[in-house]
Amino acid sequence: MLAHLPILQVVIPLMAAPLCWFLNRSKLVWIFALLVCSATFINSVLLLIEVMKSGTIIYELGGWEAPWGIEYRIDKLNAFLLLIISSIGTVVLFAANTSIQKELSEDRHTLFYSLYLLSLTGMFGIVATGDAFNVFVFLEISSLSAYALIALGKDRRALWAAFQYLIMGTIGATFILIGIGMLYQMTGTLNMSDLAERLVDVGHTRTVFAAFAFLIVGICLKLALFPLHLWLPNAYAYAPSIVTAFLAATSTKVAVYLLIRFTFTVFGISFSFTSLPLQDILMVLGLVGVFVASATAIYQQNVKHILAYSSIAQVGYMIIGYSINTSTGVMATLLHLFNHALMKGALFLALGAVMYRIGSVQLSQFQGLGRRMPLTMSAIVIGGLSLIGVPLTVGFVSKWYLLIASVEAGMWPVAVLLLLGSLLAVVYIWRIVEMAYFRPPLPGRDTVKEAPWTFLAPIWTLVIANIYFGIDTRLSVQVAQAASQSLFGINP
Amino acid sequence: MFLGLYNYWIVVLLMMIGFYIVIAHGNLVKKLVGLTIFQTSVFIFYISVGMVERGSAPILAEGINDYSNPLPHVLILTAIVVGIATTALGLALVIRIKESYGCVEEDEIQKLDQLNEENS
Repeated sequence: MLAHLPILQVVIPLMAAPLCWFLNRSKLVWIFALLVCSATFINSVLLLIEVMKSGTIIYELGGWEAPWGIEYRIDKLNAFLLLIISSIGTVVLFAANTSIQKELSEDRHTLFYSLYLLSLTGMFGIVATGDAFNVFVFLEISSLSAYALIALGKDRRALWAAFQYLIMGTIGATFILIGIGMLYQMTGTLNMSDLAERLVDVGHTRTVFAAFAFLIVGICLKLALFPLHLWLPNAYAYAPSIVTAFLAATSTKVAVYLLIRFTFTVFGISFSFTSLPLQDILMVLGLVGVFVASATAIYQQNVKHILAYSSIAQVGYMIIGYSINTSTGVMATLLHLFNHALMKGALFLALGAVMYRIGSVQLSQFQGLGRRMPLTMSAIVIGGLSLIGVPLTVGFVSKWYLLIASVEAGMWPVAVLLLLGSLLAVVYIWRIVEMAYFRPPLPGRDTVKEAPWTFLAPIWTLVIANIYFGIDTRLSVQVAQAASQSLFGINP
Repeated sequence: MFLGLYNYWIVVLLMMIGFYIVIAHGNLVKKLVGLTIFQTSVFIFYISVGMVERGSAPILAEGINDYSNPLPHVLILTAIVVGIATTALGLALVIRIKESYGCVEEDEIQKLDQLNEENS
């Protein structure tokens, strides 16, 4: 059983997704999906323990040896990502039953859960596989189900957002497909570690450069790097609350993983960062992204929009850490992957709770909510503090390491800009806090109660995790450090 | 040399045409058509990559020594299925958009959304 962990991670949710249709009763399906997610969570914890103890796990599908058969290769980086996705997937799903009662009609509940599980399958697959073409297939599995999930939103703008996301996402995925095809053309292999070896000989050819460019652009579309982020705000804002929380916490992270995987493992550091000015381009785009997206967030009237733009800014931080291109920089990126999943998961779930009680997430509707829904609103405050990067929260830890990395690399201006970017976050978080705590409640709001415990439990789990990992950083820092050191070939 | 690689030129041309349609046209159905052309060009690219000159299908038979590489062809079968799924989902979305907005033109939809926002 233990030997099959890598494949079980993908197969369990994949098999469970169609099984949802046999249960076909909202509550039953929810419990079933929750069990399945917990199973994948336990699975990923076991995988991480195994990887940290005994190094990379290689799983050969059907017993075929690697360059001919498909292999799943779990190293520290994959195991860490699997843990992030499965834990957030499980926690978010806990609130799903309550939330979709309000936001979806009864006949769509089963559909929702099976799409959710499929999307999870796709993400696990992208992370677990060691085969370049499998990445494309799983990418499409997760994206197609994500489009459908977004289209489930009540507002008709959800349809339009899903369509735009479909166009942009498909272009991104097709770019990735072209890149993989060119790599295959030059090397005759699709296995990532095999590709890495063979690309050394053909690294100077134009085809490989073209493949690299296609892959990077395709992946950057998926991870919503400024200025390829246009699909994201509406897709997050009009999707059902649970879907927003789930996608915001996981899907862009998977794309960041792909970027790291392709540039570090497949093309190698020397190719990725020396033969093309990738580092400079991404650094500039990351910085501009932080400022433009944060500044846009300040002017939004819909709180979901505010947080969606803030997501784009946070992706900017991840890309900055990545493009510093030192072991500490990549470690900061990985830490921020983990930490951002915790913050955004908590924030969007809390918005889901607000949506559940007052049916809207317009900023003007937040007036006086601090007194009506104290637990939910204080969760938003703590999540917001974490987003800003206040000490004792996870946001501080990842920004701290980002600063260290940029100072270590001698990039003082970047460090200053990082701090200035955080000030913008203060502004848009303050707008929410001010509305909720310093304005009198709207008339007719006396009956609004605190969110039900099925909401509060997952929200506060994430909020407490936000504080816990902000104080006790051993787990997150240790794993991120080990993963980034193994990418740079440093043996601890 | 130039004409000898004509299949790749077709790929590039189709890719550009498809991409242009996606960007330039406001009609959602036309956008999907462009997307499909764009994807199809990549299919042709893969098929070209796997082709060996005078090579036959990879089935053992007497008198045939060269075989085309079947792997890209198999890969692209998967990608075609994915492409169909995408188109189907896209068209389904267009139907739902038509139902709720009453039109399938990008600028009209945006205008309707703006009106909605101003009223609310």
